[in-house]
Amino acid sequence: MGAVMAVGGSLDTFPKLLLRNAAQFGNHAAIRHKDLGIWQTWNWAQVLDIVRAYAVGLQRLGLKQNDTIAIVGSNRPKLYWTMMAAQMVRAIPVPVYSDAVADELSYVLGHADVNFVAAQDQEQVDKVLSVLERLPHLQTIVYDEARGLRDYDHSRLRKIEDVIADGRAALAGDGSLAAKVDELIDSGEGSDTSIILYTSGTTGASKGVVLSAKRCIDAATDTVSFDKLTENDVALAYLPLAWVGDHYLNYAQGLVAGFCMACPEGPETVQQDLREIGPSYYFAPPRVFETMLTRLMIRMEDASAIKRSMFHYFLKIARRHGEAILTGKTVPPSGRILYAIGRMLVYEPLKNVLGLSRVRVAYTAGEAIGPDLFVFYRSIGLNLKQLYGQTEAFLYVTCQPDGEIFADTVGPPAPNVVIRIADTGEVQFKSPGMFVQYFKDPAKTAETLTPDGYVKTGDAGFFDEKTGHLKIIDRAKDVGRLKDGTLFAPKYLENRLKFFPNIKEAVTFGDGRDFVCAMINIDLTAVSNWAERNNIAYGSYQELAAHPLVYDMIGRNIAEMNGSLAEEKVMAGAQVRRFMILHKELEADDGELTRTQKVRRSFVADRYAALLAAFYNGANEADISTEVTFEDGRKGRRSARLRIYDLPTTQTPADLEKAA
Amino acid sequence: MRSPGINDVLLRVEGVSLAFGGVKALTDVSFDVRKGEIRAIIGPNGAGKTSMLNVVNGFYHPNQGSITFKGKTRTRMQPYEASRGGIARTFQNVALFKGMSALDNITAGRTLKMRCGIFWQALRFGPAQREEIEHRRRVEEIIDFLEIEVIRKVPVARLPYGLQKRVELGRALAMEPELLLLDEPMAGMNLEEKEDMSRFIIDVNNHYGTTIALIEHDMAVVMDLSDRVVVLDHGVKIADGSPDEVKRNQAVIDAYLGVAH
Repeated sequence: MGAVMAVGGSLDTFPKLLLRNAAQFGNHAAIRHKDLGIWQTWNWAQVLDIVRAYAVGLQRLGLKQNDTIAIVGSNRPKLYWTMMAAQMVRAIPVPVYSDAVADELSYVLGHADVNFVAAQDQEQVDKVLSVLERLPHLQTIVYDEARGLRDYDHSRLRKIEDVIADGRAALAGDGSLAAKVDELIDSGEGSDTSIILYTSGTTGASKGVVLSAKRCIDAATDTVSFDKLTENDVALAYLPLAWVGDHYLNYAQGLVAGFCMACPEGPETVQQDLREIGPSYYFAPPRVFETMLTRLMIRMEDASAIKRSMFHYFLKIARRHGEAILTGKTVPPSGRILYAIGRMLVYEPLKNVLGLSRVRVAYTAGEAIGPDLFVFYRSIGLNLKQLYGQTEAFLYVTCQPDGEIFADTVGPPAPNVVIRIADTGEVQFKSPGMFVQYFKDPAKTAETLTPDGYVKTGDAGFFDEKTGHLKIIDRAKDVGRLKDGTLFAPKYLENRLKFFPNIKEAVTFGDGRDFVCAMINIDLTAVSNWAERNNIAYGSYQELAAHPLVYDMIGRNIAEMNGSLAEEKVMAGAQVRRFMILHKELEADDGELTRTQKVRRSFVADRYAALLAAFYNGANEADISTEVTFEDGRKGRRSARLRIYDLPTTQTPADLEKAA
Repeated sequence: MRSPGINDVLLRVEGVSLAFGGVKALTDVSFDVRKGEIRAIIGPNGAGKTSMLNVVNGFYHPNQGSITFKGKTRTRMQPYEASRGGIARTFQNVALFKGMSALDNITAGRTLKMRCGIFWQALRFGPAQREEIEHRRRVEEIIDFLEIEVIRKVPVARLPYGLQKRVELGRALAMEPELLLLDEPMAGMNLEEKEDMSRFIIDVNNHYGTTIALIEHDMAVVMDLSDRVVVLDHGVKIADGSPDEVKRNQAVIDAYLGVAH
């Protein structure tokens, strides 16, 4: 803890933190990576040694202060080291989403004027090479995995390993070089641009959020002490490198606290690697927690009757006492005993299967989490908390302190963060980690910052009267009204719909209309399992999605939501009257979702305009033909005839009064 | 894009005829496979393509003709001799050990490379253990190469077809073959699986320098991948040459390709 407190002051850049970590926790694991089936470990001293050599190697290739170096790939030690090495020479790393198609990639790389690219493998190198003519400043591409690249023209390609080796040789050959590197690290300033993170572009083209070193470190220092993270913690670094969450939770907090980042073998093996590593600090978007629970429930359905009844019995016990036990409230002795038995027989084995046995603190954010889901994980003893934030804040604005956790709020302002609600209902904040500016976009910067230095989040929210915690309703500009003036908050409805296990994604429409309609994506895992159990044959996603029984099932789900909406005064008028199940999953490759998997509602409305029209002209069927983009960038068309179902709405108390 | 030295002949098939009773599967077929190339064998159903592969790896013995592999001519070769000599293959209908994991299946491909006797292996101690670790490392390299880390410990019966094919390729690679025979590696695959498999075949050829002879019905794939193509029809060779030459050959168009509509 002492070390953590020492942060700030002179330790105002990440390379300086790296020096401190190597000196203080030299033998502690800094980074792990599963390679050829075995977890490889590097301690802080080794990491410093590698990064130093890498920085020299990059310098020798021509990387200078204020140059930008794009990083494209998944979570690999060498790519994290690229960030550290770049920051060591006071250049600016720009991580890019590795699943971005060439076009999106060229936009970010072009906008950031990148001089260097660090790519994971042939796939990423190919993408960069395909847009080369749009990158006039690009000098060299360095890569991690050589496979398939042997016959490429190597005039501008270097293997990262070779760059490191070159740097190491140079350091060995010239004794004064090491001192120069130290000088360079020492000359780093807190006001240096530490990183540029491009937003996922929920609203239009992505913007480059410029973050300074000192602000990043201050923000991370606050939360490291808030959650008491130390050099003995372990996190699984599996989130996209380009997302603020990964940079903040793993990279920044990792360097500040000195904890170990474990990189999975590959994106598909995350679930297995999670079990092997058993992290003590864990972050996942609600979607991941939901998938885990869905899988778990499906597997429980296949368990023997004894196990199943044991599982359900102890889950009931957990629901009754789990939260109170987790937060240290008083629980009757009988409850404690039952919970202890349940822990032994069910909760701990369950957490073990999920890889969450050792988790001390878990966070979720990005989307609203279903109350049932949230309560489930907390009741089995997982300290799951929510935070609310955005890239412009260097992630967090609010986070839930231990003992004050509610499913429907995102918590009070985080340490040193000031929040105010504007007259328009918009949430605005000032925080230690707040961004400096949007890269090359002063107009947007001015638009986002208020004259007195607050950042506009663009989210509508309010402070809950009972708890004083912040509640987020929706994007401020998305909140609309039906023709009769009823409040329409699309995200609020969509989240409620997505809490049903059978519904993966929902898009609702209603602003300026007579009533609310919804387009639904079914959850293939849950619905296909249900289909198997009920002997429903289907050949494809499209066929399953169009099945009348699936329609009936989803219809019942929506009707249930309508029923509960009817009890809420403000939202009662916004019940869903008509819905359809889409013939394809909404995809980021088609532009329907952002890279962080959020629905781009206006884009969907344009693309499916024909369906939207059918909602409101009373038709029971609608034809649609859309262009789809395959993984390799090729395009094709997919057409379908979709049915529209009408739903009864539940009467509200107000309606009943009127009728009487 | 080929490396030099490609002109050395690795495998020469000369005047091979094969008959099952009165059925003539192959009649006087001759062709060669050069070191480092990708050689395709195509032709309509029943043309004798798989029989040809079976002759090459010693499963069938030709009635006439000879097979010269790495300069050694053999008329009667047993399959195990072929595998020891450096010929590995995959099968048209996946032939894996269904109940075993992907890892174990690929490790099985290294059986012939095991030097310790059964006694040492049973003890799993000393030299046997060292050898096993070394074998595991090679197997892990193949798993990494084929990007199947996620299914390492999954029984292959539970895997989708495309992945089973990949595991089978992995098992063949585990033998570190000089000549790899692939019998319809892309049959029954969807577009994306085909593209992945094509990429792996090119990478195997490129990275390990393995010579590949493959049978395939997807003409787009064949024309893209292969350096030279042999065309069989009713057991007789009707064409042999580069993909472009074969595509323009009238006999091939009549027998197999047909005309574009």
